[in-house]
Amino acid sequence: MHLALVGTPNSGKTSLFNALTGSRQKVANYPGVTVERKEGSFVTPSGRQISVVDLPGTYSLRGRSPDEEITRDMVLGRTAGETAPDLVLCVADATNLRLTIRLLLELKSTGRPLMLVLNMFDIATRRGVSVDVPRLSEALGVPVVTSIAVRKGGTADLLRRTDEIAAQAHMPVAQNLWQPLTVAQLRATQREADRIIAATVSLPAKPDTWTARIDGVVLHPVAGLAILAAILFVMFQAVFAWAQPLMERLSSAFEALGQLVHDTLPAGLLQSFLQNGVISGVGSVIVFLPQIIIIFLFILLLEDFGYMARAAFLMDRIMGGAGLHGRAFIPLLSSFACAIPGIMATRVIDNRRDRLTTILIAPLMTCSARIPVYTLIISAFIPDNQVWGWVNLRGLVMFGLYTAGITSALGVSFLIKFFMLRDYAPAPFMLELPDYKLPRLKSIAIGVYTRVKMFLHRAGTTIFSMMVLIWFLASFPQAPAGAEGPAINFSLAAIIGKAIEPLLAPLGFNWQIAVALIPGMAAREVAVAALGTVYAIEGGKEAADQIGQVLATKWSLATALSLLVWYIFAPQCASTLAVIRRETGSWKWMAITFAYMFVLAYAASLVTYNIAYALGAG
Amino acid sequence: MTEQNDIRAPLPLGAAKRGYSGVIQHLAVGDAASALAADELESRLIELGFVEGARVEVLHEGIIGRDPIAVRVENVTIALRRREAMAIIVA
Repeated sequence: MHLALVGTPNSGKTSLFNALTGSRQKVANYPGVTVERKEGSFVTPSGRQISVVDLPGTYSLRGRSPDEEITRDMVLGRTAGETAPDLVLCVADATNLRLTIRLLLELKSTGRPLMLVLNMFDIATRRGVSVDVPRLSEALGVPVVTSIAVRKGGTADLLRRTDEIAAQAHMPVAQNLWQPLTVAQLRATQREADRIIAATVSLPAKPDTWTARIDGVVLHPVAGLAILAAILFVMFQAVFAWAQPLMERLSSAFEALGQLVHDTLPAGLLQSFLQNGVISGVGSVIVFLPQIIIIFLFILLLEDFGYMARAAFLMDRIMGGAGLHGRAFIPLLSSFACAIPGIMATRVIDNRRDRLTTILIAPLMTCSARIPVYTLIISAFIPDNQVWGWVNLRGLVMFGLYTAGITSALGVSFLIKFFMLRDYAPAPFMLELPDYKLPRLKSIAIGVYTRVKMFLHRAGTTIFSMMVLIWFLASFPQAPAGAEGPAINFSLAAIIGKAIEPLLAPLGFNWQIAVALIPGMAAREVAVAALGTVYAIEGGKEAADQIGQVLATKWSLATALSLLVWYIFAPQCASTLAVIRRETGSWKWMAITFAYMFVLAYAASLVTYNIAYALGAG
Repeated sequence: MTEQNDIRAPLPLGAAKRGYSGVIQHLAVGDAASALAADELESRLIELGFVEGARVEVLHEGIIGRDPIAVRVENVTIALRRREAMAIIVA
């Protein structure tokens, strides 16, 4: 049996999906479009196997954006290659039924079997919302169940009713009478919804006092912005400071593993491959897992709490000054984790120009793949001092790099608005500000787990194969017998690196950096691993263990700063470029992104290197 | 209280100050200088619950030009810009 979850944004659809399926989820794309397709499965108490898809949130079936079109087509059974759902679960936040009941009335005309799920029923009860469930069910003409997705057993009622419906031999699929609603019909359904609610639901006189109190501070024009800045600041301090102990532990574990391989295997190609290629290469990327967990934890917590929509509200006009839409804030914030989900999240922006601008600047947001590179260079070159007594200098530099990314993104957006998309009428900003909710531990855990899985998957495939390639390039051809100097100087990697070196030399980059930047195109963090491999093969075991110290002796401060700056801007990730191509549907915008970022990176590094050099850091 | 509401002159929600509360009289999408076509704007406003008779209250304002505004519509809070809110006539 196939279920589909439909609901307005913020209806708690995703937490219900998580509660039903646990970690048995598959995330993919719908064919041909980049809308995320979340499918999971579960078994009902009577042993029935059920598959469930979580459809993108929507207020109506009009299909204004690619996401909303997917929801409409899935419900109508029009999506090629997808089975029409046997039962549509319309998920409502029980504290806030108005908009969902209207959606449900519209869904009814599709003729699909429907059930209304009143989610977060515990919160509604606590706030004094009381729903006459049998009467509501009668008035709507569909079964209604209550659920508390976040509590164990909170979906029992839903499971039982699903079983009952599934047990009926022929589920009544009525004729599809749905047509896009006219304005008058839309208004009529909202009136009808209000009438039904008035007859079956009694609402408390006062709205949620906690939300009102928190918003009084958080949405205050001045205090609100200060709080937003503070949250971002704490986030970046945490990414650097809190993750450190765990990272050191991971790093020494890989070191020990490498040592074990070194001691067990006879010296030779296999030993070098395993220790230098596989363990030091992949290990140097996996070390950054704690930081990636922390950044996703922050983003998911803020989203679950309901803060993200507030951030968009606070930033709307400020970003508007730079030619950005308030809704761009969430995609841009997600880009701090990775530009790929960020660019995909721009689908919530329905104006094409706003969306294009956001896509063009999203790669300038400091994604988590840059963290390994930043961390490595910062810890090698920036002293671990405290400034003003409590701020960590390294954390401060990190914050500066993030700020540089943001500032340049706003600048580029401003230029785009000014030069390219001049005849510009600002698209409307309309967004629901959901009531605050305590973040649900299980939902957050599942969210972080999915991201970690993706990261490790990448480490196991893309990064691993790149590392093997780098090791091969750095090891062959082998040095002739009796040759002077490190063996790597005779390798293919050295030949390639030295060929590019003249282009990058004005930036203070040596050929080892040039070699590392090439696989960095596949995934930014690979550059760290590549540097690890290049210097490990050149310098032997000690170098592999302490890549940071090696860099500190081999590079000047000017080179290090120049590379940091390069990384803020460089179009260093092939998958991001591929996503831009896919999302904009044109090679042109991909090429434009690549070109402008490359020019920006080259110019900024050139300036940084020369200033640092002139100041004596060369 | 109700009497006071009855004699109050209608005004667009986009011109209301923070703390204003009233009831939606009608939508006048032609009055808003929105980038959206009139029908589209009207549809979106209705989908977010802005229909005749709904109670609204202006809860918060942004820092630049007191824009956007956060409006309580019955028991939902919606953020929107004053430009679009001009289409909502309240009293």
